[in-house]
Amino acid sequence: MAKFNMNPKKNPMPSQLPYVRNRNFEEVELGYTEEMAIDEAKRCFGCKNHPCVSGCPVNIDIPAFVTKVAEGDFEGAYEIIHRSSSLPAVCGRVCPQETQCEGACTRNNMGEPVGIGRLERFVADWHNAHSTAAPILPPKNGHKVAVVGSGPSGLTCAGDLAKLGYEVTVYEALHLAGGVLVYGIPEFRLPKAIVQKEIDNLKALGVKIETNMVIGRVLTIEELKNEHGYDAIFIGSGAGLPMFMNIPGENLKGVFSANEFLTRSNLMKAYLPDSTTPIHRGRNVAVVGGGNVAMDAARTAKRLGAENVYIVYRRGMEELPARREEIKHAMEEGIIFKTLCNPVELLPAKTDDPKDPAFGSVAAMRCIRMELGEPDASGRRRPVAIAGSEFEMEVDCVIMSLGTSPNPLIKATTPGLETKKWGEIVADENGLTSIEGVYAGGDAVTGAATVILAMGAGKTAAAAIDKYIQSK
Amino acid sequence: MYKIVRKENLNPTVTLMDIEAPLIAKKAQPGQFIILRVDENGERIPLTIAGYDRDKGTVTIIFQIVGATTELLNHKEQGESIHDFVGPLGTPTHTDGIHKACIIGGGVGCAIALPVAQKLKELGAEVHSIIGFRTKDLLILEKEFAACSDTLHVMTDDGSYGEKGNVCVPLNAALEAGERYDVVITIGPLVMMKFVCLATKPYEQKTIVSMNPIMVDGTGMCGGCRLTVGGTTKFACVDGPDFDGHEVDFDEAISRSRSYPAFEAHAREAACNLFKKEVQ
Repeated sequence: MAKFNMNPKKNPMPSQLPYVRNRNFEEVELGYTEEMAIDEAKRCFGCKNHPCVSGCPVNIDIPAFVTKVAEGDFEGAYEIIHRSSSLPAVCGRVCPQETQCEGACTRNNMGEPVGIGRLERFVADWHNAHSTAAPILPPKNGHKVAVVGSGPSGLTCAGDLAKLGYEVTVYEALHLAGGVLVYGIPEFRLPKAIVQKEIDNLKALGVKIETNMVIGRVLTIEELKNEHGYDAIFIGSGAGLPMFMNIPGENLKGVFSANEFLTRSNLMKAYLPDSTTPIHRGRNVAVVGGGNVAMDAARTAKRLGAENVYIVYRRGMEELPARREEIKHAMEEGIIFKTLCNPVELLPAKTDDPKDPAFGSVAAMRCIRMELGEPDASGRRRPVAIAGSEFEMEVDCVIMSLGTSPNPLIKATTPGLETKKWGEIVADENGLTSIEGVYAGGDAVTGAATVILAMGAGKTAAAAIDKYIQSK
Repeated sequence: MYKIVRKENLNPTVTLMDIEAPLIAKKAQPGQFIILRVDENGERIPLTIAGYDRDKGTVTIIFQIVGATTELLNHKEQGESIHDFVGPLGTPTHTDGIHKACIIGGGVGCAIALPVAQKLKELGAEVHSIIGFRTKDLLILEKEFAACSDTLHVMTDDGSYGEKGNVCVPLNAALEAGERYDVVITIGPLVMMKFVCLATKPYEQKTIVSMNPIMVDGTGMCGGCRLTVGGTTKFACVDGPDFDGHEVDFDEAISRSRSYPAFEAHAREAACNLFKKEVQ
């Protein structure tokens, strides 16, 4: 192999310019060329204890695939990644690498880590663009598994089981498979064609996907088990229920959950001019919250034509829970960060005429300034309101992005399924729930977390389901 | 794809369809709803279930042509299919332990009130129905209501059929005469339900309303359907669609139902142009 690349910095990612991209919905980052990928891969030392692998929730053999990239063997690199990950094109784009593989990289001691996420994305895209080989179908083993939910945990679990010869059916409540990958994460961060490609790959493995199936309503977990002959069930129904602040004015027109705003834009394609689904295009938009979803909502609002988009967050810049990359992109695109600031009331437009379109619509947001006190249970410094510091912001759209909790429907319709305080399904380290043969993973178990953690849970559960069925 | 096995125009603006959806037909209960998309790029709209045939595996929907999506839906013919049809969603109407009920339907809301009346009759309850329409041409389901009701008032605003006046006229008369019900169940336009609740409130007559707000997913995910009930926020799709009418903030619900007036008007016009039809 050629000699190491000693550049202390990652090869920069080619991207659309900020003031071009904040007017369109095309992907922000354009991806490495083959030359860039090889050059970046050569930054890996191949260090002995490869901390990156333990930093990866699905333990991809990172040094091995990076070496293949450095050698120019991109398909070889893909095969290595694919052994551990069913959705590499997705993870290369949305994983918080800075706290996982790249955060653990030895090269952090002398500059930036190896751009592992960028390389993963490159390899997956290269494979999807060049590979024509049909997947090798494993012999069927005669056992059936049902997967509830087609988000990252469900798709991963389904893929792993299909590779082992199981007949897998995925039940999806919406009209399109992909879960949060299609309704939550915007096109400009994760093109839907890429999600579709990953789903097509699963279908090619023999996975059946049934859309429009709300499990708990049309069929229950019990019925799947007892009447439909599934040997095991995996519940990956996510954390879909949006939280609100419970402050006055929250039900005014123009106030949305991030879930609703993003679902309209992403799943229903309301950003397209000929869409049949409406979306509120605000002029002054406040997004309340500081996570990845808040960044997605803010950047979407900007692209829909807003003049001013604010991130309103009660802690400081340092405490923002979003990926650094998303914060950076949002700032470049002109999103205004109002940190140490918390809404206390939403105020309606000043009109009493019900015929006026502004009637009942939000027109301003009263906030209070915050300061950081002692660390709380989460280890983050607790925000404390500064008395008398209230002020008003003029807004015509407010998007609440405060987190989500698991949907209670499955719990309510599955006797014997144990859950925790916020409805999280109780599952052991293998994903086994309180019911034999029923496994769960992803946000339905942990509450809102990341795509890769959900995938890890789907993977673990798939292995446990295989063991369970084989030992029956 | 979900096949339209029967289509019938009940009046110039209201259409009935039986949709082949055996799994939903097996589980559906009065008061629950479905969400449909007419075609691949269609909008998701909720429609309350107007009936079901568990043996034939069909679910009946009755809709009024009010916007772009219902316009497109109305142009689908028997034998054709609609792209998506999901349900049954929401909590069924509570019918246990009711011995005497007053069912009040307004306009196309009668289509949703009917299965509730039928179920109560089936359970042996005394059913008093009041159905109201703007005018005679818009009358639907009179025979069906007559068949499952102990008494039936048919009201038209202009007096062109049945009795003249709105649904509150016979309701007020009955309440004033000392008539009481285990429950009044009212389904129809928001303004009508608001006035029914105002009428029953002084008598402390328990009143249930069926809300049909704007929603996207119908499973609790978007929160677009939220409304204030008894001072707290509820999601119509999972907590409802039935609520205690005396607790519902109708003015807020009416305001929220007008979230996208310009878009809706434009989409309706575009859909009508597509079929070369005049916008009504």
